[in-house]
Amino acid sequence: MKYNRRDFVKTGGAVMLGSLAAPSFLDGVVNAANDKATGVAFAMNHFRVSEGDLKKVLAAALEKGGDYADLFFEHSYQNSVALQDGAVNRASSYIDFGMGVRVLSGDQTGYAYVESITPEEMIKAARTAARIADAGQVKTPVNLTESRVVNNYYSVKTPWDSISIQKKTPCLQTINDRIFALDSRVMKVNASLGDTTSHIFFCNSDGVMYYDYRPMATLGAVCIMQENGKIENSYAARAYRMGAEFITDDIVETIAREAVDKTSILFRAVKPKGGEMPVVMGAGGSGILLHEAIGHAFEADFNRKNISIFSDLLNKKVCDEHINVVDDGTIPFNRGSVNIDDDGVEGQKTYIVKDGILASYLHDRISAKHYGIRSTGNGRRESFRMMPIPRMRATYMEAGNVTEEDIISNVKNGIYAANFTNGQVQIGAGDFTFFVKDGYLIENGKLTQPIKDINIIGNGPKALADITMVGNNYQMDNGTWTCGKDGQSCPVTCGMPSALVSKLTVGGES
Amino acid sequence: MITNEKKKLAQWAMEFALKNGCQASRIIIYGGTNSSFEIRDMKIDRLTQASESGMTIQCFVDGRYASFSTNRLEKEELEKFIADGIASTRYLAEDKARTLPDPSLYYRGGGADLQLLDQRFDSIRPDDKIALAMQVCDEIMGKDSRILSSTSSYSDQVSSRYMIASNGFEGETANSSYSLLGGVSIKEEGSEARPESYWYDSSIFYDTLIKKGIGTKALERTIRKLGQKKTTSGKYRMVVDNMNSSRLLSPVINALYGSSIQQNNSFMLNKLSQKVASHKLSLTDEPHTPQSPGARYFDSEGIATRRLPVFEEGVLRTYYIDVYNANKLDTAPTIGSPSILTMPLGDKDVDGLVSIVEKGILVTGLNGGNCNSSTGDFSYGVEGFLIENGKPAQPVSEMNITGNMLTLWSNLAEAGKDTRRSSSWKIPSLLFDDVDFSGL
Repeated sequence: MKYNRRDFVKTGGAVMLGSLAAPSFLDGVVNAANDKATGVAFAMNHFRVSEGDLKKVLAAALEKGGDYADLFFEHSYQNSVALQDGAVNRASSYIDFGMGVRVLSGDQTGYAYVESITPEEMIKAARTAARIADAGQVKTPVNLTESRVVNNYYSVKTPWDSISIQKKTPCLQTINDRIFALDSRVMKVNASLGDTTSHIFFCNSDGVMYYDYRPMATLGAVCIMQENGKIENSYAARAYRMGAEFITDDIVETIAREAVDKTSILFRAVKPKGGEMPVVMGAGGSGILLHEAIGHAFEADFNRKNISIFSDLLNKKVCDEHINVVDDGTIPFNRGSVNIDDDGVEGQKTYIVKDGILASYLHDRISAKHYGIRSTGNGRRESFRMMPIPRMRATYMEAGNVTEEDIISNVKNGIYAANFTNGQVQIGAGDFTFFVKDGYLIENGKLTQPIKDINIIGNGPKALADITMVGNNYQMDNGTWTCGKDGQSCPVTCGMPSALVSKLTVGGES
Repeated sequence: MITNEKKKLAQWAMEFALKNGCQASRIIIYGGTNSSFEIRDMKIDRLTQASESGMTIQCFVDGRYASFSTNRLEKEELEKFIADGIASTRYLAEDKARTLPDPSLYYRGGGADLQLLDQRFDSIRPDDKIALAMQVCDEIMGKDSRILSSTSSYSDQVSSRYMIASNGFEGETANSSYSLLGGVSIKEEGSEARPESYWYDSSIFYDTLIKKGIGTKALERTIRKLGQKKTTSGKYRMVVDNMNSSRLLSPVINALYGSSIQQNNSFMLNKLSQKVASHKLSLTDEPHTPQSPGARYFDSEGIATRRLPVFEEGVLRTYYIDVYNANKLDTAPTIGSPSILTMPLGDKDVDGLVSIVEKGILVTGLNGGNCNSSTGDFSYGVEGFLIENGKPAQPVSEMNITGNMLTLWSNLAEAGKDTRRSSSWKIPSLLFDDVDFSGL
């Protein structure tokens, strides 16, 4: 199964959705994906709006005295094909189209959105959002100027809307066949391929306009096995901001093997004895520790409201001086990357912990103004239906200087956490959790019995301070991580080298 | 409600799909409006308002199936959308299990009004909505010197759906909901911790929405968290309050879905008619309860709902099997998902259940965790209170409960009487024996 661009473009069949909602759109998509200089002109044509319309809507948004307004246009199309019981027999597609108007008055927000983009509907929405303000002075919008994407972190070779569904299905069949071939205990395989393409057009009352073309691709498989009457299941997936070049033989093979390995180990695994103990976080997905323990609590909306457990710790030492933690929107093709955030601020790499010091919160436009600093570019939103709020991007810890073997050998009795499914945090109390799908007991400095299905709970500041060893094996986890906050879902990633947390509370039997 | 114009559009889409390659089709057109007002420290923090609509077209083409949704409802675009969707469907593998329901299973109308839509919805003035949210915030603001943040929100929405199927189904639903919420964050002395909690009410009708005491209750729930700490690991009797009891039931219900059974990915596999839980667990689906969230006469495929025993004294009586999985399993469909789940109620509220526990833990919050769908093994983070001599004592947090769902529900000792009317799952506070807690 080899794919190349020519095969993809030579579709000759149904392309699922994407070009369907706007017949004039397809050529523009390809051009826009490759030539950002034409982005705004393309987007205005696509959304059927003129600069005059935009100015009128911005003026309506500010007519009650709001001090800032922005307009966020979105046209997204999502496709999914799925395999079950050995056949690619299910597909779905979804088109979402509309625009949102946001008005800020100090740190207050008015928001409204419409699905029908006409001057009348937009002005109506703008007047709804404008009600947040009640000031005397009315700000006049300035001239709009295109802010070009300087660094494109997700350039696309083969747009998803240029390939047909029959070009998508073989990879799913291959995953299915490989998983069955790898282990005779396999009973069922579910595999799915999802692609999303979003056309984002933004302008604000500061005069900034941009267009961003945002691809997303996910490929995953659930493996269900049976051994001696016992059934177990696990999951492997990859997600990137890429076009159809995402589908390769390598990624298919990696997912198939990983799904089998992660399911297979569960038959030998037990629940450990619960309680406080040292935990070695394996490289990669252990970045969930950073996401839950500190990432959310560093989001600046919680801190400007003084309700995060880290609210009084900016510029203070929070952990060992050798530890650096980054939230990065600039990693090429990463699921969490942003060329320009949904506030109109360029994507950035932000040190949130530098040399053990809490160096920065994660800011959107409102919090940056509150703290009197430049935004870190973390203002993100799920769709045009939502207002932007501070969100993580790719959150990871930089590598240390010891080997994983050294870290494990330092633990007499504890656990090694390898793979994770989900986590959660209480921002104010600081208690965070993550669910370990599989891992190992550590006994006398060595990995021994596999373990599974346990929750680990800790407290953010304490856990950060309790990181005593950091490995030299940094790894990004490019799974399908999706973060939820305020009812909004947001694609993110996380990464980490192996690290030792000297004390966490591990779920288990008493 | 869906307008006649939109209904005609759905009917047109159906005809177009059938004329252009679908042998069968189901069309759903939906719409709604919503508004919300969030208050922080007696100032409006956020206001949002919007209306939306969309259409889903489910295509059955040459024994193949796909589903397409869009919020672009102009006919010209829909024509190309549907035609290309049909063309795409033809590239999928044949799947004979994909069929519409047998028409004899459809709801045919005639049921009494379930009273799920407040006719007053459009008459509630924005100023009144803001005043309600302000009132909740006022119950919190300044009531304790340790308060860091007082928040409240009012939100409402009305949503409606119209569904038709090519083998003779037509149905419509409309629902309204209002909610009022208070949230509090306080500073813990001598610590960086800022405990937070909330309280809320929601209702189908504006007039029955509880409007007073929401903020006061939120403040009480926050203050009682002060001084949380871990306690010793071990087996405890566990009382779970009615804000969290449904979440412990959720993996059990998920394990009953036809998709889980058909994929052999369920710890309830081959358990039908077996005793799998305590005799205290009886659960019935009561879909026709008026003025209750979750009430409905038909499911997402149009199949008529009916009263359905799920567990009787611990014996599993049904799975939730939709048409697709029924065809695959060569059995009859039941219904696709639960509507309103009810339990026989006891005679105690949460305090009453706590009062009969000499030593245990009252769980008032779940923090993360998960359940293995194949085996039922679970582990969840918890917070709450140590129970000593029938009374809540030390607040506890940063602990886990771990076990297996079948064991947990076999250890159900007593159900309370304090269901929440705002939930479609009417699960009261519950008492379980012998639950593993991990802490110190």
